[in-house]
Amino acid sequence: MAVNYSAKEEADGHPSGGVGVPGGGAVGGSGGGAVKTRKPDNTAFKQQRLPAWQPILTAGTVLPAFFIIGLIFIPIGIGIFVTSNNIREYEIDYTGTEPSSPCNKCLNVSWDSTPPCTCTINFTLEHSFESNVFMYYGLSNFYQNHRRYVKSRDDSQLNGDNSSLLNPSKECEPYRTNEDKPIAPCGAIANSMFNGTTKPVNWPKPVYMLDSEPDNNGFINEDFIVWMRTAALPTFRKLYRLIERKNNLQPTLQAGKYSLDIAYNYPVHSFDGRKRMILSTISWMGGKNPFLGIAYITVGSICFFLGVVLLFIHHKYGNRNTSADIPN
Amino acid sequence: MGVTEHCVAEEERRVRANAREYNEKFQYASNCIKTSKYNIVTFLPVNLFEQFQEVANTYFLFLLILQLIPQISSLSWFTTIVPLVLVLTITAVKDATDDYFRHKSDNQVNNRQSQVLISGVLRQEPWMNVRVGDIIKLENNQFVAQADLLLLSSSEPHGLCYIETAELDGETNMKVRQAIPVTAELGDTSQLACFDGEVICEPPNNKLDKFGGTLYWKENKYPLSNQNMLLRGCVLRNTEWCFGLVIFAGPDTKLMQNSGRTKFKRTSIDRLMNTLVLWIFGFLVCMGVILAIGNAIWEHEVGVCFQIYLPWDEGVHSAFFSGFLSFWSYIIILNTVVPISLYVSVEVIRLGHSYFINWDKKMYCAKRRTPAEARTTTLNEELGQVEYIFSDKTGTLTQNIMVFSKCSVNGHSYGDVQDMLGHKAELGERPEPVDFSFNPLADPRFQFWDPSLLEAVKLGDLHVHEFFRLLSLCHTVMSEEKSEGELLYKAQSPDEGALVTAARNFGFVFRSRTPKTITVHELGQAITYQLLAILDFNNIRKRMSVIVRSPEGRIRLYCKGADTILLERLHHINQDLTSTTTDHLNEYAGEGLRTLVLAYKDLEESYYKDWSERLHRAGSASEAREDHLARLYDEVEHDMMLLGATAIEDKLQQGVPETIAILTLANIKIWVLTGDKQETAVNIGYSCKMLTDDMAEVFVVTGHTVLEVREELRKAREKMMDASRSVCNGFYQEKLSSKLTSVLEAIAGEYALVINGHSLAHALEADMEVEFLETACACKAVICCRVTPLQKAQVVELVKKYKKAVTLAIGDGANDVSMIKTAHIGVGISGQEGIQAVLASDYSFSQFKFLQRLLLVHGRWSYLRMCKFLCYFFYKNFAFTMVHFWFGFFCGFSAQTVYDQYFITLYNIVYTSLPVLAMGVFDQGIYTSILMFFIPYGVFADATRDDGAQLADYQSFAVTVATSLVIVVSVQIGLDTGFWTAINHFFIWGSLAAYFTILFTMHSDSLFRMFPNQFRFVGNAQNTLAQPTVWLTIALTTVVCIMPVVAFRFLKLDLKPELSDTVRYTQLVRKKQKTQHRCMRHAGRVGSRRSGYAFSHQEGFGELIMSGKNMRLSSLALSSFAPRPNTSWIETLRKKKGCEGSSAGSPSGAADKTLKV
Repeated sequence: MAVNYSAKEEADGHPSGGVGVPGGGAVGGSGGGAVKTRKPDNTAFKQQRLPAWQPILTAGTVLPAFFIIGLIFIPIGIGIFVTSNNIREYEIDYTGTEPSSPCNKCLNVSWDSTPPCTCTINFTLEHSFESNVFMYYGLSNFYQNHRRYVKSRDDSQLNGDNSSLLNPSKECEPYRTNEDKPIAPCGAIANSMFNGTTKPVNWPKPVYMLDSEPDNNGFINEDFIVWMRTAALPTFRKLYRLIERKNNLQPTLQAGKYSLDIAYNYPVHSFDGRKRMILSTISWMGGKNPFLGIAYITVGSICFFLGVVLLFIHHKYGNRNTSADIPN
Repeated sequence: MGVTEHCVAEEERRVRANAREYNEKFQYASNCIKTSKYNIVTFLPVNLFEQFQEVANTYFLFLLILQLIPQISSLSWFTTIVPLVLVLTITAVKDATDDYFRHKSDNQVNNRQSQVLISGVLRQEPWMNVRVGDIIKLENNQFVAQADLLLLSSSEPHGLCYIETAELDGETNMKVRQAIPVTAELGDTSQLACFDGEVICEPPNNKLDKFGGTLYWKENKYPLSNQNMLLRGCVLRNTEWCFGLVIFAGPDTKLMQNSGRTKFKRTSIDRLMNTLVLWIFGFLVCMGVILAIGNAIWEHEVGVCFQIYLPWDEGVHSAFFSGFLSFWSYIIILNTVVPISLYVSVEVIRLGHSYFINWDKKMYCAKRRTPAEARTTTLNEELGQVEYIFSDKTGTLTQNIMVFSKCSVNGHSYGDVQDMLGHKAELGERPEPVDFSFNPLADPRFQFWDPSLLEAVKLGDLHVHEFFRLLSLCHTVMSEEKSEGELLYKAQSPDEGALVTAARNFGFVFRSRTPKTITVHELGQAITYQLLAILDFNNIRKRMSVIVRSPEGRIRLYCKGADTILLERLHHINQDLTSTTTDHLNEYAGEGLRTLVLAYKDLEESYYKDWSERLHRAGSASEAREDHLARLYDEVEHDMMLLGATAIEDKLQQGVPETIAILTLANIKIWVLTGDKQETAVNIGYSCKMLTDDMAEVFVVTGHTVLEVREELRKAREKMMDASRSVCNGFYQEKLSSKLTSVLEAIAGEYALVINGHSLAHALEADMEVEFLETACACKAVICCRVTPLQKAQVVELVKKYKKAVTLAIGDGANDVSMIKTAHIGVGISGQEGIQAVLASDYSFSQFKFLQRLLLVHGRWSYLRMCKFLCYFFYKNFAFTMVHFWFGFFCGFSAQTVYDQYFITLYNIVYTSLPVLAMGVFDQGIYTSILMFFIPYGVFADATRDDGAQLADYQSFAVTVATSLVIVVSVQIGLDTGFWTAINHFFIWGSLAAYFTILFTMHSDSLFRMFPNQFRFVGNAQNTLAQPTVWLTIALTTVVCIMPVVAFRFLKLDLKPELSDTVRYTQLVRKKQKTQHRCMRHAGRVGSRRSGYAFSHQEGFGELIMSGKNMRLSSLALSSFAPRPNTSWIETLRKKKGCEGSSAGSPSGAADKTLKV
């Protein structure tokens, strides 16, 4: 197509005047001045002759591209994979579905059970955690990304808007009002906040009493904020606490035996949910993430392999006459 | 054209001259044109009503309503209303401007001036005020543009009036019209003002050659016929002025009645798009159903239990009902696969292409100062699909200029351009034309390139002298000498004009004539010949003669006519000369020139006396006058001496043969449909290389009955069958029985079909049309001559109906309007006098040859671009939308969107300006959407940020997916863009830049502070895009999406380099070789075909001249004018017109047939 185009331009030369009318061509041009000429402008744009770069997929460009992508992706993949492997992570499922689990007794606990059902899980860290340790809680099969769930919040209320505090958005239904009193924070997200201890309908105490520290209370309570950032997928983890490294001599968490005390008051068993506690260190690229590294290595290898295959095909079967054909 | 229909069919029309009140009660259609649709008040409601009649708009309105239901609304309402309002506004603005221009052009047309006689005074009145019954004055060379008129009187004697009807029927010769004698005397306005005759005539109809009516005036009845009518679309020629009574106005005129209905034209891409959209819509419903079922199951299994944290909406009590609601929710979300902007984008692209056509310098004609114009913007890509071209002849293929190009005198051929190569190039290398300055009476416009002819004249070659003497005497041209030496010829056919002009320039100047004499300046010397008789032309005789007495008293008959006829009537001593002349004739004919043979014969005084006596008797005989005359003519035109032959070039438009050759190479079939005579049409067929002598056979169908036509068609088919049978035996089995099989089209050898109007009328009958079409389509070239405007449309319709091919009709005159309107694409030749064709056309330009560029360059580009665009458009929308489908499986089928809703709103808007030059592959979309979702899913499943916080929150996920999508789609478009011009760079980089700008704006703090509930993604872009993991994910997604595409395309290019291109290329090479062969054979070929004859004129003029009726009294006074015995020549003229309608086909056979009529 490319070449056709320019060839046409050459071949089609502009017709000079008409037959038997000498200077007919000149009339059109010289008629200018007062008379507005109807002759189209001779601009590159209007004549569709804009200078154009015409990339063509030739062996010279495609094959190196494949090799280069391969050569870049494989090292990156390896780097990510190694980094990811160096991250220490420990996960405990404390849902208590198995009868042997210490939390099994709390499995069918309800929201307002007082005193809360508590259980203790003992675990052993086989490797010490050297750097800062992040403590997450994880939930599975919990649909924080459900449409009705996601929209069930009032951001102006959270932003501190007075009218919204008194009259929460309709989106919050059915957690908008309770006995004609507005709920703050309203909506299903806030209502279902995951907490070992947690005053919306389900809340044991009001929002201004979330934490003992006054700076970390109300809508700016960190646990609350983290919860309100809804997860994209039904299985997710959220940051709960940070165990900072005290000094450089000792690892943050030494290998050894630990026990986790759980005030079990968030029922998930009814919808087959799971609860987990995760301890993890992080690197430049975040937490443990083997998928990315493996994916990079795989894609890089495929690229490289494809490059080789294409090179082979090109050499064996490639149509070398292509270039000879095109000029016409 | 806004043809207003009459409620009650008119049975007869009564028109009284100069009586507006009387005529008003009949409520005849007026000349006022109204094509506009709206006014200021009605615009909004009417336009909106019209717009919502479009399915797409209604569909989006429906979506909008769905979105207002809170239980269903998965997207906020503005995602639909913004594009919808945008689309409606753009369309409304476009409609408003269109209508504004329509108002303007209506005004312009309605206010055109014409001279109307109102209460005894000629007044300049706007067009729209011209009413039926008004008397209008027309002037020379003016278009009869307003109405069909009854000719009342004219400047010429006897109320004669000459008109050219090329606009109406494509015939190039002049025709004569005469006022009825009683009105012919009404020469001035005061007399005309008193005229109060009443015309009762037929109701408006579309028959161009018939008119019946009666004039009642002063207690008398006068019959009226077509001979008294000036139809709209004619041009007044050689007549200073004339007055006419308006009989039919506006839409009632015969021209408008012939113009057919305007149909809304749609392209095949439109249809494809509509079906595609329907399929996609079906697909959408399927997805909706799947997801709804998923939702019902999920709600039943999980959702019920999850109610402690997320109770069901009010009113939702069962999983089933929830599924039902989620179906609608998903319809809303997934509607982006059929985005509203598709239709708008398509329109915008087409508009752009139209502008490119308008701007094309190569389709600008400097001579006529007219650029090409795309009058319809919606058909551009159809141009690339044209398979059949229907072309008018006169004015489209030819310039309607006859040029005396060559001649053969006494066995010597003159007129070859003394060019080394011998081909006639319009280049500077051409030698100077012959200098005629010796002759003060020479026409300065006449050009001849061979000086040897003039030398022969000057040397006194007697043959050459006699040759030109014949040309200056034997014709029916009238001369007019405004001032001394300024001669003006009024020729009724351009051929004759050319011949007489040639003689004039070579020193044999036809100066003046009276009914009995002809005065010629022979090399400066005035000689007056006595005109004894004109043996008039008719199309059976195919010749005309004059018998003159020279001043010396010698009586000589000069004859010119078709070679087939004349060569048989020569004296046998001419044999040698005949064979050389025949060679020359073949040569001329091979070049597509129109030839005539010239001969003379000396008559004995006594013989002539006897003969003229008999002629006189025959002329006054009441019975079988024609036959008697014919026999006498035949007798005298015998044993003639050959003088030579002339060759007239019917000047083709520039570049016509080349264009036709190239279009044929592109496998486009060209049919010529003309109102002109068969000979002329065939001749043009040869000169523009549609017909060649290489053709196995040219079938001529001239039958007058259904049976004859059927028989002729069958014979033609059988011949083709036989030929192909011998080539590929066994392949033809089903042949005739199977309808429209490609068997006939696969026929080897080249055939052509010539069919004339009479036969065509039969061939187009319901039971024959298929047969006709089969035969015609098997031929390489088809020429239909003597066809009426409506027949042209019928032929086009026929091909459209059965061939399902894209048709294009091109023409310049009003007689082409119906075919232009019928064809998929109508092209009008602009820059000429008439604008009827242009007004009805979709494209207009001033030269036939531009068709090549329009079809093969613009058409092809538009088509390719449109295809690319559509593919890409569907690709990007699938990639975009299907992500929601996959996400549905992870969010409880709750119709949660993956993206920020602003991204959804803007995705198509930001991107529709861009993909003008883009393409993609349809099914890639789904693949991409899978990767687009699952790669981020894989990465995000457990990922945390580098500050330890979770990464997999919904908002980050949305930003990541959206960004990857934009980048992948951009890379894809980049990959598909064949030409990276500055504009492409601008749009591609621009859209990326726009994406990021908008992203950061939408996620900014300030917007959140203003509308916290609307802009929830506050700070998200900054946070997310600062994560290396996110960028790694985007890079990974891009590579994985693009890599297979690149590999696949590379392989395709490397192994099968553009299969279609190679095929096309080799085909071209092969065909080129073939045409070269043909050209070479052309040079040395012995023609098998005799030329057609060059008379394109009507008979009856000889009689007219001899009667002296068309001559001014001043000139008549000089002559001894004796009227011929009661020959009502106009009567003859009318009668003969009927015969002429069926011009004979094959010179030998058809002659008898014509007699039968």
